[in-house]
Amino acid sequence: MKQIQLNQVSKRFGVFEVIPPLDLEIEEGEFVVFVGPSGCGKSTLLRLIAGLEDVSGGQILINGEDTTTIPPANRGLAMVFQSYALYPHMSVRNNIAFPLRMAGLAKEEQNRRVEEAAKVLNLTDYLDRRPGQLSGGQRQRVAIGRAIVREPTAFLFDEPLSNLDAALRVGMRLEISELHKRLATTMIYVTHDQVEAMTMADKIVVLQAGFIEQVGSPLELYHNPRNTFVAGFIGSPRMNLLTGKQAENKGAHTIGIRPEHISISPKKGDWQGIVGVSEHLGSDTFLHVTSPDFDETLTVRASGEVELAYGDKVYLTPDLTHLHKFDDKGLRIK
Amino acid sequence: MATQHSRSIARLMIAPATILLLGWMLVPLTMTLYFSFRKYLPLRGGDLGWVGFDNYVRFISSSSFWPAVATTLIIVGGVLFITVVIGILLALLLDQPLWGQGVVRILVIAPFFVMPTVSGLVWKNMFMDPVNGFFAHMWRAFGAEPIQWLSQASLPSLVMIVSWQWLPFATLILLTAIQSLDSEQLEAAEMDGAKPLRRFWHIILPHLARAITVVVLIQTIFLLSIFAEIFVTTAGAFGTKTLTYLIFQRVLESQNVGLGSAGGVYAIILANIVAIFLMRIVGKNLDK
Repeated sequence: MKQIQLNQVSKRFGVFEVIPPLDLEIEEGEFVVFVGPSGCGKSTLLRLIAGLEDVSGGQILINGEDTTTIPPANRGLAMVFQSYALYPHMSVRNNIAFPLRMAGLAKEEQNRRVEEAAKVLNLTDYLDRRPGQLSGGQRQRVAIGRAIVREPTAFLFDEPLSNLDAALRVGMRLEISELHKRLATTMIYVTHDQVEAMTMADKIVVLQAGFIEQVGSPLELYHNPRNTFVAGFIGSPRMNLLTGKQAENKGAHTIGIRPEHISISPKKGDWQGIVGVSEHLGSDTFLHVTSPDFDETLTVRASGEVELAYGDKVYLTPDLTHLHKFDDKGLRIK
Repeated sequence: MATQHSRSIARLMIAPATILLLGWMLVPLTMTLYFSFRKYLPLRGGDLGWVGFDNYVRFISSSSFWPAVATTLIIVGGVLFITVVIGILLALLLDQPLWGQGVVRILVIAPFFVMPTVSGLVWKNMFMDPVNGFFAHMWRAFGAEPIQWLSQASLPSLVMIVSWQWLPFATLILLTAIQSLDSEQLEAAEMDGAKPLRRFWHIILPHLARAITVVVLIQTIFLLSIFAEIFVTTAGAFGTKTLTYLIFQRVLESQNVGLGSAGGVYAIILANIVAIFLMRIVGKNLDK
């Protein structure tokens, strides 16, 4: 069932069009990630859905009901902000209970729901502390707790992990995914980090300059990027996008090949190259190879034990079944 | 400031300023204490010697003493209340994006730059004059009998004048505090279903607590010693004699330095009592 539906939604700030009219459908229970470089309009799109910004045109339907002009509190959505936006003068308990208090729920019901949310999020021991006495990860969980107790139609996350350090981010990523599986509630999640998008999403929406470049499951986007932007954005390290004679030989303006789909050999192969910097990650080694066949530097994934040094001469062979071809407008050639 | 050497030099360098400030405070204080125990009438025989606590007893048993304390507290309390309440409202208003914001802000701050004597005279002659004042004209325009502000409603008039002067200060501090509020907190509260009034009560007001404390503490210090506004408007008549004004009358009008000095010591005690109460009530906001 379509739960959230955007029909020709657009947003202008003055004369500046941030989001040209776009359509989007979000199914019930889906984990949707809006991803794109900074300034692509993904946060604005989320705020339009939340109702924190007014649309300049179009319609937003939630559960089939037109909510375009309904105030944010009545849309049944809960939001987790980038800065967590906890109320610093209230205890964790009062922070989580705040939406319930505003809704005028009975005291016992408030307590029951708060205790329940605290148990789910491992916050029981911290209920009487102030946000200022908590670590970043705990604050994040309080913010999520405040969203959970409302039992919303959908959760909106605005770059919730960007203020955490790398290790904590991986942990919280898992916790949010786990939460989604358990609650089975629709979640819309905004991030600029394609790793977060790939690991968490059921459906990724790739945005650039307000346009939706592609919508699809993580693997769909990985295997069949619709254009060079998506090809370059999804996947880490990024896909090699190569132009020049070799590309024309394959009947394309640009060819794309992921680092993991190139095999490297010191003796023979299709393209020759010279090893530049290599990055050893233990399990893998990423080699940056310059080739006389292309203007661009190629990134190649090799096994962790590869023994190649700076300046070594090598040969590269692309796996042709994973070769992507794009025309001069950057669109995929079927 | 890391080494022993640089620390001792730092102490040496700061010493002159510290000694100067200490003297600045100690000399007048000691002189006040000294004169408060002497019968000193400059035009009637000069220093007439040691009288013990006589001045203290006479000052406190005078019929003007307790009314003066009450007047002082009413003026301080009234002005604090008005400036904080209207200051918050004005700050909320000025925080809205509005056309000509810069000019409006300067206009709001303007009264603070008017000297107390001048603003007292302007209010007395241009607004509160029962014949030609603006208020009198306004009252007559509605067919009402003009109020004789400074005699019939002397204390409210004074509170009004002083509030007008201090409102910009309160507004300015509260405005900067409001501007430092994270907008995501307000948006979160909006998503959580808090209507504007409850957002103000639950989010904005707690955020302002510290700024309000600062406003109250600083204003109290200055309001306890207001003088010019009283001098140029009622000259202490119609029950507007504050403790400060009473001391002025004792020293200059009655030419009794000893009695006035004793009053000065009482004023110090009153200021400290007020300060202790304030610190008890609002001071804990500063610890957070």
